[in-house]
Amino acid sequence: MTLRSDLGRVRGLGSAKEGVGHWWAQRLTAIALVPLGLWFVFSAVSLAGVDLAGFIDWLDAPGNLLLMILFVGVLFYHMQLGIQVVIEDYVHGESTKTVALILNKFVALFCGVSSIVALLRVAFGG
Amino acid sequence: MAEFTLPANSRVMKGKTFKAPAGATRIKKFKVYRYDPDSGENPRVDIYEIDLDQCGPMVLDALIKIKNEIDSTLTFRRSCREGVCGSCAMNIDGTNTLACIKDIADIRGDAAIYPLPHMGVIKDLVPDLTQAYAQYTSIKPWLQADTPAPPNKERLQSPDERAELDGLWECVLCFSCSTSCPSYWWNSDRYLGPAALLQAYRWIADSRDEYTGERLDDLEDPFRLYRCHTIMNCTNTCPKGLNPAKAIGKIKQKMVERR
Repeated sequence: MTLRSDLGRVRGLGSAKEGVGHWWAQRLTAIALVPLGLWFVFSAVSLAGVDLAGFIDWLDAPGNLLLMILFVGVLFYHMQLGIQVVIEDYVHGESTKTVALILNKFVALFCGVSSIVALLRVAFGG
Repeated sequence: MAEFTLPANSRVMKGKTFKAPAGATRIKKFKVYRYDPDSGENPRVDIYEIDLDQCGPMVLDALIKIKNEIDSTLTFRRSCREGVCGSCAMNIDGTNTLACIKDIADIRGDAAIYPLPHMGVIKDLVPDLTQAYAQYTSIKPWLQADTPAPPNKERLQSPDERAELDGLWECVLCFSCSTSCPSYWWNSDRYLGPAALLQAYRWIADSRDEYTGERLDDLEDPFRLYRCHTIMNCTNTCPKGLNPAKAIGKIKQKMVERR
C-alpha cells in the first residue's frame, strides 16, 4: 500500500543516465563475433581428427593464437552483456538481482581469462 | 521473478451462455471475458450468440448490441467509434486492437474478446491504465522552448521538419502496443513501454522543441528505454498501423549520435 502519486512512482529514482554504453558494446561485440565465429567454426571443422601435436602446430601458426584469444575474449564479454540483460528482465528481487549480476560478471571474467591462459599455455608449452 | 502462471484467483472459469433468438440465421459466438473484482469471484468467459444480420459490422457494434439488448452488466470503454479516441482498445481474436475498427468478418470462428493483457482489470474489458498514463505524463508530452513564440505568429516548421512527425502524431494512446510487449509485462514499473516512448520520440523529433537533450537525458536508462529488445509486438499490433519499434530505434540512434 502506497499513497505516493502515480507520477512520483513512475519517476522513481530518476534516470540512471547510462545504458547506451552497454547497448553499443553489445552491438559491437555481436558484429565482431560474425567473422570471428565463422573463422572459429571453419577452423574447428578443419581440425577434426588432428591430434594434440597437430593442434599445437595450428595454434602456433601466425594469426591463429591471436584470433583464438580475440574470439574467446569477445565471446565471454558478449555473453556477460547478454546474460546481464536476461537477469535484469526476469530477476526482480533487488538483493537476488545484485548477487546474480555480480556472479555473472565474475563467472564471465573467470571463463574468459582461464580460456586465454589455457591457450597461451598450450601455444607456448607452459 | 517474473510471473509466468496466473494466481489461483485469476484463473478464468466457464461462464454463462446467451443463446441467439430463434430464427437467427447468421450466428457468431462472442466469448467475452467477464470479471468483477468486487464480487470476489474468479473471472469467467461468457458466450453471447449474435445474429450478424441484426448487428453492425464492427466488434464494437456487437459489444454495444450485447450491452443494449442482452446483458447490460457488460462493461467496456468506448467513445468515438471510429478509431480516433483509443478508448475501446482490447484483445480481440488474440491481438490487441480497437474494437471499433476491427471488422467482425475478419475473425474466423468464435470471437474471443479479452481486456488488454497484463494490466489490472477494473471490470470486464476495462483495464487500469493509471500507470501507463503516468508514464505518458513523465515524458512531458508538450512543446518545451525557451525562445518565445513570435508575436502574432505560430512557431514555423519547414515541410521536411513537419514530415518528421508523420507516423508519430497519429498515435491515439490506446496502449495496445505497450500491453502487447512482453518486456512491458515483466518490467512495466520501470520500462516506459512503446506507447510512451513513441510519444517521447514525437517530441524529440519536433524541430520546434528546444529540450531534446534533456528529453534524451531522462530516457537514458537501462530500464526506461533499454528494456526494449526489438520484439516488434508493438508494431504488429498497432491498430493505427504505426511503428513504435522504429521510433524507439531512432531514440537509441540519437543516444549513440550524441556520445
